[in-house]
Amino acid sequence: MSTQHQKLERHSLVFAMAILVVASIGGLVEIAPLFTIENTVEKVEGMRPYTPLELAGRDIYVREGCYACHSQMIRTLRSDIERYGHYSLAAESMYDHPFQWGSKRTGPDLARIGGKYSDAWHVAHLEAPRELVEGSIMPGYAFLSKTRLATGHLPASLKALSRAGVPYTEAQIENAEKDAAWQADFEQNYEGELQESYGDNVQVRDFDGAPGRLTEMDALVAYLQMLGTLADLETLNPQESSR
Amino acid sequence: MQRNLSVEDLVIFTALFFVLMAGLAILGWGVPIVYVMHGWLIAAAAGWGLIWMLGRASGGAVKMPLEYNDRVIRFGIIAALIWGIIGFTVGDILAWQLAFPSFNGDMSWSNFGRLRPVHTSGVIFGFGGNALIATSFYVVQRTSRARMASETLPWMIFWGYNLFMVISASGYLSGITQSKEYAEPEWYADLLLLIVWIGYLTLYLRTLAKRAEPHIYVANWYYLAFIVVIAMLHVVNNLAVPVSIAYPKSYSLFSGTQDAMTQWWYGHNAVGFLLTAGFLGMLYYFLPKAVDRPVYSYRMSIVGFWGITFLYLWAGAHHLHYTALPDWVQYLGMTMSIILLVPSWASVFNGILTLNGAWDKVRTDPAVRFMMVAILFYGLSTFEGSFMAIRPVNSLSHYTDWTVGHVHAGALGWVAFITFGTMYKLVPWVWKREGVYSLKLEAWHFWLALTGTLIYVGAMWNSGITQSLMWQTYDADGAFLYSFLDSVVEMHPYYVARAIGGLLYLIGACIGVYNIYMTVSGPEKVETQQAGPLAPQPAE
Ligand code: HEM
Ligand code: HEM
Repeated sequence: MSTQHQKLERHSLVFAMAILVVASIGGLVEIAPLFTIENTVEKVEGMRPYTPLELAGRDIYVREGCYACHSQMIRTLRSDIERYGHYSLAAESMYDHPFQWGSKRTGPDLARIGGKYSDAWHVAHLEAPRELVEGSIMPGYAFLSKTRLATGHLPASLKALSRAGVPYTEAQIENAEKDAAWQADFEQNYEGELQESYGDNVQVRDFDGAPGRLTEMDALVAYLQMLGTLADLETLNPQESSR
Repeated sequence: MQRNLSVEDLVIFTALFFVLMAGLAILGWGVPIVYVMHGWLIAAAAGWGLIWMLGRASGGAVKMPLEYNDRVIRFGIIAALIWGIIGFTVGDILAWQLAFPSFNGDMSWSNFGRLRPVHTSGVIFGFGGNALIATSFYVVQRTSRARMASETLPWMIFWGYNLFMVISASGYLSGITQSKEYAEPEWYADLLLLIVWIGYLTLYLRTLAKRAEPHIYVANWYYLAFIVVIAMLHVVNNLAVPVSIAYPKSYSLFSGTQDAMTQWWYGHNAVGFLLTAGFLGMLYYFLPKAVDRPVYSYRMSIVGFWGITFLYLWAGAHHLHYTALPDWVQYLGMTMSIILLVPSWASVFNGILTLNGAWDKVRTDPAVRFMMVAILFYGLSTFEGSFMAIRPVNSLSHYTDWTVGHVHAGALGWVAFITFGTMYKLVPWVWKREGVYSLKLEAWHFWLALTGTLIYVGAMWNSGITQSLMWQTYDADGAFLYSFLDSVVEMHPYYVARAIGGLLYLIGACIGVYNIYMTVSGPEKVETQQAGPLAPQPAE
């Protein structure tokens, strides 16, 4: 072995190539099949791409680093399921570019937070966490309520996501800015249009409790309120989802 | 020789030109203010580089001095120390924020979520990366007995890398992030790093190619693996679709499960090839030098090296146990993580046995003591890591502070200890000083750092296990005994302890920086004999 290796040590370029080859094997075996094996992501009713408002909220979730303290992945462990609900399916993050599974639970899991609290609770909690939850160590995000939501980039965002494989239609991309405003409209005038475009499980209302203003808080709460509500877990084929 | 150089100049010139154009495009079309500022920074840096190159070209052909290029190494050491202090300070601020949430200030830029990547990038890439670049430049020249193959590239690498760091860290504060841990920088910063990294790889290979020694010394294997594998990881994990030139934002090309697996393939191997392989390269050169003994076993080096290079890339799945990742990948990841202990501990034994016969130095020389403790913490954190990769164990440790404790056993105990031990040797060498300014201060640094690390890791083991048990304890009726909030409240004393441990560590590091500063400002060493003259290169 040693003499063989001494030969290798004489050629820097060959050595570097050898490193590259040896190091690529693990990824090729473990990652490449995930893209080709069909049952990596199970089929489940209800999954749809994020609406522009939810996407804007998700972008804020990423921007503020919420993932540093909150996971969005209910593992198949009993203690996870009983505390947070049905374990997370691969399909539930199929439109997540990037994924938000997290690696630390300084706060609780949020994979199924949608619908658990009222909008007003979320707004108050985000603005001043310890007013509602004594002992919480979460930072406050009052500035979100004061910041107007920027929507100018949303068509470009949807376009970029569609390039990455999310099935947005041309119309959805074109209407992204309008759709974002419509979803937070307090008169809910456009519920029909949005549900026709995105599906029945789109929630339309003023989320931040400040009618007439489209704020970052609207977007973030809209995102939180839909988390875990899309997949129809009843229709799930138990065979397919058992692991 | 002459012709070669001009080809290189042309390539660098073109690269700088494109970077300049990119910078101008960003500052012209960019919308968010911090992004526009990044455009200015990029354009200014590239413009400055171009002017510098033009000025040098008009001064006639570049002569390559017949001595090692140590100037850029000094810059690298200083940059590592600056980023180190920034990174440790922000780390300790985070620690206090978790203990007393009012320290968040509730302003966007000062909140935990935005500061956290400043800490992780600051210590890993700012402190660790600069230390690796500087020491690799030192090692590759000494072990090849050759000056670095280019006069321009080392500087481009140094400034380009630190520009990348400034852009990343300031971006995080304004919320510019991809959210992938340890790969947070957005697409334009990633492209910048890619260019820098291609330069780094080229420089390293070309310097090795002109070596006067027939064999490539073992430390270089590790540095080379660090450079090659980081390049591969960086490219694949950062594949993303930018929204447009007007915004820093991009969306990962992959989604959900595939994205998660790609990210942790990246994440675990940032650990494996930056925080491990790179620093093993450091260990394999500076430990034998410091104790004046050869590496204990050549065979063990080979086994350790190829074992790590092969196995690490399989282990990433242990970050995703019991998740929606297919089970076969989880089991494969677990198995490989356990086997990974063998090559890891081969390096541990090789290191410790190299020390054998020089135990007196451990007592008298704090730098050697730093290195020895580094090896022990490396052994500890790899054992712990392999243990945590076992699924049932991971069901306890995952998502808790136990992981954070494991991280910092490796980061504080191994990465930073080996770096400081090396610095205390390297600084007098590259600045040509007699020795370190004060051995007493060096010893103070050592004890503060060790105490800080033990407090930090001990606190996190306790809090991690406590969290985990509280999350999984049921009462007689099968209901949870504790709410999530109960577990948060219970963490408070551990978080305070961790913050104090971190503070001790930070104070130690400040003493270290002061000591190094005093060393550098001290008198130059009186040369008694020429240290290993550089062999003149045969003309090509
Ligand atoms: C004064 C010394 C340090 C202090 C006080 C400190 C503190 C912290 C804190 C409070 C966190 C956040 C933990 C959480 O999210 O719950 C953290 C995370 C982290 N730190 Fe440090 N740190 C220090 C030094 C270092 C060094 C030297 C390194 C690496 C070379 C490092 C690498 C990391 C990493 C990788 C994480 C993320 C861990 C994870 O995602 O699980 N730290 N640190
Ligand atoms: C044989 C070697 C090692 C193995 C098998 C290993 C294994 C592991 C495991 C199982 C986790 C927990 C994953 C989770 O539950 O989320 C982990 C996390 C981590 N380890 Fe290691 N480890 C090793 C060595 C090291 C060393 C030497 C360092 C640092 C210098 C290190 C740094 C980290 C970091 C930064 C994380 C946290 C990632 C995150 O969640 O953000 N590991 N490691």
